Amino acid sequence: MVILGQRWAEGYAKGDPTAVVQVTGGGTGTGIAALINGSTDVCEASRPMTGREREDLLAKRGVPAVETKVALDALGVYVNAENPIEEISIPALARIYLGEVSNWREVGGPSHVVILYGRENNSGTYGYFKDRVLDGKDFAPSTQSLGGTAAVANAVKGDAFGIGYGGIAYLEGVKALRVRKDDRAPAIAPSFASTQDGSYPMSRFLYLYTAGEAAGDSKKFIDWVTGPEGQKVIADVGYYPLPKGPPL
Amino acid sequence: MGEKCAEFALRAVAVTSIAAIVLIVAFIAREALPVFAGTGVTEGGEPLILLTPTPLPDGSEQFLWQPVSQPPKFNIVPLVVGSLKVTLVSLLIAAPLGIAAAIYVSELCGKRQRELIKPTIELLAGIPSVVVGFFALIVLATWVQRAFGTEHRLNTLLAGIGLAMAVCPVIFTVSEDALQAVPRTYRTAALALGSDRVQMIARVVVPAALPGILASLVLGFGRAIGETMIVLLASGNASLVSGSLGLSTRTITATIAQELGEVVVGSAHYRVLFSLGAILFASTFVLNSAGERVIHGLRKKLGTA
Amino acid sequence: MRSQALELRREARARAPEIALTVATATATALILLALVILLFDIAAEGAKVISWKFLSSSPHGLTGGGILPAIVGTVALTLLMTVAAVPAGVATAIYLTEYAPAESKLARTIRVCIANLAGVPSIVFGLFGLGFFVSTVGKGIDRAFYDGRIVYATPSLIWASLTLAILTMPVVVVATEEALRAVPREIRDASLALGATKLQTVVKVVVPEALGGVLTGAILAISRGAGEVAPIMFTGVAYFLTVLPSHVNDQFMSLSYHVYVLATQSPNVDKTKPILYGTVLTLLGLTFLLNLAAVILRAKTRGKVHAGE
Repeated sequence: MVILGQRWAEGYAKGDPTAVVQVTGGGTGTGIAALINGSTDVCEASRPMTGREREDLLAKRGVPAVETKVALDALGVYVNAENPIEEISIPALARIYLGEVSNWREVGGPSHVVILYGRENNSGTYGYFKDRVLDGKDFAPSTQSLGGTAAVANAVKGDAFGIGYGGIAYLEGVKALRVRKDDRAPAIAPSFASTQDGSYPMSRFLYLYTAGEAAGDSKKFIDWVTGPEGQKVIADVGYYPLPKGPPL
Repeated sequence: MGEKCAEFALRAVAVTSIAAIVLIVAFIAREALPVFAGTGVTEGGEPLILLTPTPLPDGSEQFLWQPVSQPPKFNIVPLVVGSLKVTLVSLLIAAPLGIAAAIYVSELCGKRQRELIKPTIELLAGIPSVVVGFFALIVLATWVQRAFGTEHRLNTLLAGIGLAMAVCPVIFTVSEDALQAVPRTYRTAALALGSDRVQMIARVVVPAALPGILASLVLGFGRAIGETMIVLLASGNASLVSGSLGLSTRTITATIAQELGEVVVGSAHYRVLFSLGAILFASTFVLNSAGERVIHGLRKKLGTA
Repeated sequence: MRSQALELRREARARAPEIALTVATATATALILLALVILLFDIAAEGAKVISWKFLSSSPHGLTGGGILPAIVGTVALTLLMTVAAVPAGVATAIYLTEYAPAESKLARTIRVCIANLAGVPSIVFGLFGLGFFVSTVGKGIDRAFYDGRIVYATPSLIWASLTLAILTMPVVVVATEEALRAVPREIRDASLALGATKLQTVVKVVVPEALGGVLTGAILAISRGAGEVAPIMFTGVAYFLTVLPSHVNDQFMSLSYHVYVLATQSPNVDKTKPILYGTVLTLLGLTFLLNLAAVILRAKTRGKVHAGE
């Protein structure tokens, strides 16, 4: 979601040229670590902070973490455009990434080894997938870890037997599978509607965190992000804006 | 008075290089020591760094680098194997090419060619490694997969080829210097005794230059194992333990690069990454010291030191 | 007639191994050069389509549009600060080693060993060191002493990345300067001393000016090396994206080298990013190549001058 941070920074700076927004890359873990270490004011996260991280922040900086939901995302499962598979269930997906299923044939695809792509372990996407799909178990060691969701999408694009996962904004050139919650549930394609009504089983919020209540420039930035301009950027980048209505 | 001051000041500055090495050792050791000293254990009392495989529920065993798992598994075997594997592949490619080119430039081609080729190959050494990594990722990856039918698009062979581009100039330059350092008299004596040029090169010049050529390999090894950006971009970074060249691999350097930004300062994961840095530093230090010793002798012979 | 033909054939047979060896080694040489040419050609051809004044002078727009101005400015600022630290230290070290230290003194030998080893330390280890030493120790110390522990310097920034790079590139300066100093003929020193100049005067007014080319070569090579590094600055100050140019030594910065890594791994639309990626690579490569070329020419010139003087 770093691309989102960049575009926010760009848009925000346009409206307030005196503002200084530094975007440092890396995954969610990087941002949260920076928040705990005190080297950033606001951090983006594609997963909620863990209890452990909240404790660390409290211990190191003496203030609690404050969370703001800023966008919706559907975690897509990508395969190469030539792959005949159109849908997959979460249990089958788990077996693939745990290394229990190693051939596409076993999930209805061509007879070829599955090439696993994933994110490096500091990413929120990695954590979300590990918790929600793998039930906390470890990824198969053969999972290649790439530095960004874009790199994953690009790898799958060039690899006829590859599979990857990542935010919905990175779909260029790959095919997103319809996902079943379990073997009997209907297969749902990731979309704005299916994410908003909760029928797509792998949706998540994107967050901003501050150490203690946001104040000053941080507060101005967060207000801008949750306001109409910031939410428009979200749609431009390819994520989903927050549902309208009462605050979540 | 001014004289003494100046000398003192110069010496003080010159000592910064010693200070730099000492500080590097001290600061990496400070963060890494708890891991090596045995106090580096997990909350469960297990050793932090693992070298033996972890038993899996299905009865098999595996070397696992899963640093954000519960509990985390810091088994460094896949990373050490990965680093060695990629390094060896790169040397297998770069060494024959680099040494052969050194023989050609030093012994067989004319002076004009030499003056053109040598700086050109050295130009290759000046290409930033992130650029070589980019080239491997964007251009070479497709070619290599097509040519060798590798299972993974980003793999050991690809990373090895990328690394070879960085290592080759090192091997070439040092080997060429070593060949040039062989005294003229050796050559004239060999020719006077009736040997032809090939015999002269194979039986006199190359054997005489062998220590330098070996030093070039040692330095090349050190350069390759410490290289970060090329392997980070081209190896796929899967922490597999396997002998296959067509599979992805994860190196020590790429692991530090991918994970250090994330960790909370002082955490177990942070310390393990510094331990990896310490291992890397120690091994390159030993290799470079050995290589430099030989080269220093060479330069003396050549009269450039 | 006949014996001459026989003679020729015998000679050809005798030369066969030499020809074979020449062909084999020439092929290896050609392969290395070919790799270089393909790399350069690919980057130049793709990159040239994108490079324009606008590309070099505007800010990025997402990862799929705009230019690379902040990355260029960041790289320049980074290497300038690095040079300010590395060149004086490197030159002083070289002067001490060649002009002052007794030839086989223990100290001089230790310094030489350290410099050689410093040059071989993997760049990622410099990254670890920069984070552990500069950011979390020196920076924290400054904040404790002058800012009541408020975080000002204990965070990755331009100054820490520059200093980390300075240590990495100092050996380059030392080696180039030493080479140049050694090339200054003894007689010039003796003449200066005989005319009553002190040692310091001789070094400052006679020897160093003679060796200025070497010092410059070292500085240029150091900048070229520093500009291309990623691993040492990754944890010590480089940013993914900034809306403003760095204006203070404790600001973060963008760099061409890191921007290449970011573009290669983070873009949501690879096809749209590719031209920008190539443009950035070409800019970085052009910069380092021009610097290297300048160093090669300069070195050749200064060597020529010394030879002419002999």
